[in-house]
Amino acid sequence: MSISRRDILKSLTMTAVTGSVLRVIPLQAAEYAHRMVKTEKAAQSNTYTPKFFSPRAYKTLQNLCQTIIPSDDEAKGAIEAGAPEFIDLITSENKDYQVSLGGGLMWLDNTCIDRYERVFLDCSPEQQKEILDLIAFRKNEKKDPSLGQGIEFFSFLRKLTADGFFTSEIGINYLGYVGNTFVREFPGCPPVPGE
Amino acid sequence: MQVRRTPKTYDVCVIGSGASGGTAAKVLTEGGLSVALLEAGPPLVPARDYKEHVWPYDLPHRGAGVGGRAREGLDDEFLAPNGAWEIEGEPYVAAPGSKFRWFRSRIVGGRTNHWGRIALRMAPVDFKVRSRDGMGDDWPIGYEDVAPYYDKVEGYIGVFGTKENIPSAPDGVFQPPPKPRCTETIIKRACDKLSILCIPSRLAILTKPLNGRPACHYCAQCGRGCITASNFSSSQVMIPPAEKTGRFTLITGAMARELIVGKDGKVAAVSYIEKATREERRVHARAFIVAASACESARLLLNSRSAPFPDGLANSSGVVGRNLMDTVGSDGGGYFPQLERMPAHNHDGVGGMHMYLPWWKFDRKNEFLRGYHTEFGGGRGMPGVGDYDELCDSVEGYGVSLKRECKKKYGTYIGFAGRGEMIPNENCYCEIDPDMVDQWGIPVLRFHWKWSDNELKMAKDMQETYREIVETAGGVYMPPTQLCPDHPYGIADGGVIIHEVGTVRMGERPATSALNGYCQAHDVKNLFVTDGASFVTNADKNPTLTIMALTWRASDYLLDQAKKGNL
Repeated sequence: MSISRRDILKSLTMTAVTGSVLRVIPLQAAEYAHRMVKTEKAAQSNTYTPKFFSPRAYKTLQNLCQTIIPSDDEAKGAIEAGAPEFIDLITSENKDYQVSLGGGLMWLDNTCIDRYERVFLDCSPEQQKEILDLIAFRKNEKKDPSLGQGIEFFSFLRKLTADGFFTSEIGINYLGYVGNTFVREFPGCPPVPGE
Repeated sequence: MQVRRTPKTYDVCVIGSGASGGTAAKVLTEGGLSVALLEAGPPLVPARDYKEHVWPYDLPHRGAGVGGRAREGLDDEFLAPNGAWEIEGEPYVAAPGSKFRWFRSRIVGGRTNHWGRIALRMAPVDFKVRSRDGMGDDWPIGYEDVAPYYDKVEGYIGVFGTKENIPSAPDGVFQPPPKPRCTETIIKRACDKLSILCIPSRLAILTKPLNGRPACHYCAQCGRGCITASNFSSSQVMIPPAEKTGRFTLITGAMARELIVGKDGKVAAVSYIEKATREERRVHARAFIVAASACESARLLLNSRSAPFPDGLANSSGVVGRNLMDTVGSDGGGYFPQLERMPAHNHDGVGGMHMYLPWWKFDRKNEFLRGYHTEFGGGRGMPGVGDYDELCDSVEGYGVSLKRECKKKYGTYIGFAGRGEMIPNENCYCEIDPDMVDQWGIPVLRFHWKWSDNELKMAKDMQETYREIVETAGGVYMPPTQLCPDHPYGIADGGVIIHEVGTVRMGERPATSALNGYCQAHDVKNLFVTDGASFVTNADKNPTLTIMALTWRASDYLLDQAKKGNL
């Protein structure tokens, strides 16, 4: 029986914790495991396998993330920043998020079917913009109470997308945060322009 | 079941390894006594446990924690292991109508692993409040008794600050403070206009090397734990010197459940649950220092019932669990358009404020008794999860406009946190819940809580002050989202500021207090309670520095008693 990557990783972990089960992991096995992880990670960067969302729901999620924080001439957007992966990961671990985000994506598709006779991803860009412009603003609920759930969903997704984007290397550089480093003397405040 | 006994009798057994327990361990072992220290949690391994200098994107959860827990205010992934609002298998109860939250630590070093390092002395007047305004009680000791120990603690742990000669904020032994950040210069200018005191803060973070600990490197991440131990924690600054003496035994994973009294009426042993085996074990000692945190210490005494002490140990007065206090907390903040123009620059500094507002209205008649200090901060910190929640809700929409608005508003917010003195009242206390035990079989605490009118008026004053400062500084005031009937004037629920004290208070009269001025139980001479439980009042000063000074003083007293053969 060939040894699976999972078995090797499991034995590595157990050794680290207990120090007793296998005592010593053969060097080749360890190298083999590391190589496999590396390969898998490289492959993943192209095709991430969602942990919670169905393939179609995940595509919709990606679409929405990129719409919320798109690429522009100053910085790349939410997809490049890994926001969909981040959202999928924490949603896979949180039952409440599974309901509000999983259900929210279904609400979007159902509503699009009602309005445009097709799911969100199959809608035309104009139709997509029309429905998003409705659920992206709380005031629209007053005119049309049936938008309430969609507005709630989009508001939450907007926050998580901002989380995913602004905690990424792309997002942090975009904001211009400088720090997280060793400084011998704290320099204080530079001159404030215009003061 | 046969209970195995540790054959050795230590000079002193200390229960708890935080600010108080760590200080006791250091002073007592260096004074020549053998000490066993019980800690309910595991050892701390900084190299493994600290996430200093880690970027959010280095972690799959970006700091949000499994399932996004940090978004709900639970357990920030970056923080040093320090404790939690909820501990699995170790519940507590809030009585109907009471809102109280209890942050507990289960790790060597306790809550000092993550605290704000704010190290403020109580002022002379803080020890004698009843004499001044007739409320609460005076301490049995005065500033002059504690001052030499403030000196010792500050000199040993390292505190930065400046001599200011302000009656409400006594000066100490200070290292030089770091330069102010942009946010701090803006607020300082506004405070000067309003004649509100704004001075360099006093934090237990080194700006000069001390006792082999290097100076701060200004990464602003004290809360994550400091690999270089440039900030103070009991685990890195108090426990190591105790270990060096060779007279120190650290027992981790040990949940104290009861103090066992001998025939002579003194405590003979502490019974604890060894968590790894779930077995009961005992440590014998000649003296006991209970420093498990105010409410845990009260819980241990209340759970230590015996024929001579039917209401719990050291509780003939009935005050154990009573006089529970937290700090009055109310927050506000503002948006400062001038910060939009700031060039990108390193704003990190130490892990906390470089300046603060001590209580400044001490010389006038206010609508409420006592006072508060104000902590503030903001600006261009490392972005984290949840930072954009409020902005997303206010900007709404999506697309490039949202993205650019977030960038424009980055670092333009300054928040204020009022921290004021609560007067003890009969509605705030903890007791043993009649029905519930934790997973170790130890009866749990039930909390009762109600703010009095004085605290609400104080919170109102905080809100008015912060609005005034923000508007004077050219900002737009943003009141806390908590301004609702549940939280009048934004006042935080009991326990939320994590300054709970007073549950085993000291006093001159055994009828109305459990301890004397040396934190020694009136009823049981070889028992000391040295943590925040011993406090008579909860001044607007963060309690940690005073906890350490009281512990050092109690430990010196205990050493003196040992020399005289009274152990």
